[in-house]
Amino acid sequence: MRRKRLAVMLVALLLVAALFSTVLTGCGGNSKQASEKKAEPIKIGAVAPVTGPAATYGKSTKQGYEMALEEWNAKGGVLGRKVEMIFEDDKADPTEAANAFSKLINDNHVVAIVGSVTSSCSLAGAPIAQRAGVPMITPTSTNPKVTEQGDYIFRACFIDPFQGTVAAKFVYDNLKARKAGVIYDVGQDYNTGLAEFFKKGFEKLGGQVVAYEGYPDGTTDFNAQLTKILDAKPDVIYCPNYYNDDGLIAKQARSLGFTGPIVGGDGWDSPDLVKIGGDAVNNCYFTNHFSKDDKRPEVQNFVSKYTSKYGEAPDALAALGYDAMNIMLTAIQNAGSTDGAKIKDALKNIDYQGVTGHIKFDANRNPIKSAVILKIENGKQVYVTTINP
Amino acid sequence: MNGIFNLQQIINSIQLGSIYALISIGYTLVYGIIKLINFAHGDFYMIGAYAAYFAVMFSVARKEHPNVIIVLIISMTAGAIVAFLSNRIAYRPLRYKPRLSALITAIGVSMFLEYTSSAIPVIGPSYRAFPQSQLIPEKTYHVLGAVLTNYQIVNVIIAVVLMIVLTYIVQYTKIGMAMRASAQDKDAARLMGIDIEKVIDFTFIIGGALAGAAGLLTGITYPRINPYMGIIPGLKAFIAAVLGGIGSVPGAMLGSYIMGFAEVFGMAINSILGEGIAYAILILVLIFLPQGILGKKTGEKV
Repeated sequence: MRRKRLAVMLVALLLVAALFSTVLTGCGGNSKQASEKKAEPIKIGAVAPVTGPAATYGKSTKQGYEMALEEWNAKGGVLGRKVEMIFEDDKADPTEAANAFSKLINDNHVVAIVGSVTSSCSLAGAPIAQRAGVPMITPTSTNPKVTEQGDYIFRACFIDPFQGTVAAKFVYDNLKARKAGVIYDVGQDYNTGLAEFFKKGFEKLGGQVVAYEGYPDGTTDFNAQLTKILDAKPDVIYCPNYYNDDGLIAKQARSLGFTGPIVGGDGWDSPDLVKIGGDAVNNCYFTNHFSKDDKRPEVQNFVSKYTSKYGEAPDALAALGYDAMNIMLTAIQNAGSTDGAKIKDALKNIDYQGVTGHIKFDANRNPIKSAVILKIENGKQVYVTTINP
Repeated sequence: MNGIFNLQQIINSIQLGSIYALISIGYTLVYGIIKLINFAHGDFYMIGAYAAYFAVMFSVARKEHPNVIIVLIISMTAGAIVAFLSNRIAYRPLRYKPRLSALITAIGVSMFLEYTSSAIPVIGPSYRAFPQSQLIPEKTYHVLGAVLTNYQIVNVIIAVVLMIVLTYIVQYTKIGMAMRASAQDKDAARLMGIDIEKVIDFTFIIGGALAGAAGLLTGITYPRINPYMGIIPGLKAFIAAVLGGIGSVPGAMLGSYIMGFAEVFGMAINSILGEGIAYAILILVLIFLPQGILGKKTGEKV
């Protein structure tokens, strides 16, 4: 109760302050100031983990955001105004993510937010954006719960049920595996979601999940779980975790004598995977959003521009970051306003041809799009096939 | 190779236990002498891992083959230096102040080391791949259906050799005698002409060196390092030290292997409950043996 009263007092105080400031500007008000206000840049909040355990995801995604933003500004901006990105690093930590979202909304007064990257962080930020009526689009969080937080929350990527099911289908049909072992991080929404949907999908097809093992966040020794999995003699290990764990797990599995394929999700998409995993990640597959070997002109155009700008080929996170920022800015342009509710309505009706596929939202604000399967051969990602929903 | 209790899991447990042992000895030594739980100890281990990382990268850049023994000495030296400096700068001024202040300082030193190293650009907050294969190329051996890697062998050998050396120092040298005397009764030891501060310095140096060695061994076996890598192993090694009887060196070793076995077999029984099972064992042991397995019984002082 006391806190509520304090909040009311604070709001009242702010109102008085706001009144004063408008009165003051009103006194000296002239048309010049009004036009300056109109030309003020549109502020977009952007969140990604550029440090911490998911650092390479954040770096790629941020570069994707920046590239989309520069292209819009070069064309004259959105609604005739420049677009300014205010970036926050959430370190892949949900608490930091919640702080970042609050800061962007309350201090920076952004009109929309693009981010965050990991599902746990987006889940922490989404309720804050929803309450404030600020539209949000996450480029890469695949956990279904993220968009369930409310009608202001969208995403540019496919969701875990789809990704887990596609992996199950690929393992069963293309790799002809009948027995699979699963190892996943029990502390992450993304990993548990993927593991669950893979198991469901694989068993539905007639396969058998012979071992289903979890590990706590921060584990470095996976030998106990892997020994147990290998005792069950699986054809394939499904390992839907983030790259720095995947590399270690692959390495330990190979040391224990596993030679079969290890299959993962889009969390495998990082240059550090091969650095940590070395030869152990050869003969491994993962589901992903995008392949730079895709022949579509949008993709090739994006890949060449990105490569010349950053000196490295884009991964899926860069592509999704780029698409997410483009979708948000297109929606603002279509809405003809920076009003949250209007942007939200424009997002619902968007029809956008992106580098990660054609994007339209379903009733739950998830895009309907295809997935690609990549294989790692001699430390390089090789395109295998595309699987449609 | 079926069933939960198999040879492979025993090998896994010994390997994990050896790493905990090297860390927990440092905790126990320091606690034995100044009754300080040095929470920064896990970070000495992190420093050791980074020292080894840079040593290997340096020789790789010069196109030389890094020598394991030299890298080991470098990581032990780095761990020892940081431990020595933490003692001199942070703990010594608080020596005769309330014990809680020193404890909080230890947590502060720990966080200082973590955040400072993540702020230094060459270290940085992200994970790095430890150049494991450049230091020792991996080989695997098949023994009675289980797989053994040369990393695990090197790991256990280095751990056991260091523990033997340490036991020798503590039991048979003059400084070791001084350490044991100071642990028993600091004031009496001082009256006997022992320079307590020198003994404490030496204790930190040994503890830091062992933690540094554990850092290198972790880098070899689990080739992924970051500035926060010391938190969880540090905590578990601390628990192992308490379990074995804090203040007792053989106790720390025993406690560490028990932790290694409990964790691995806990995971093997049920991977989601695994850690829980390991800690349930800890709680049970402490209920019946509150002083730890090899700890000395201390009566309430009246």
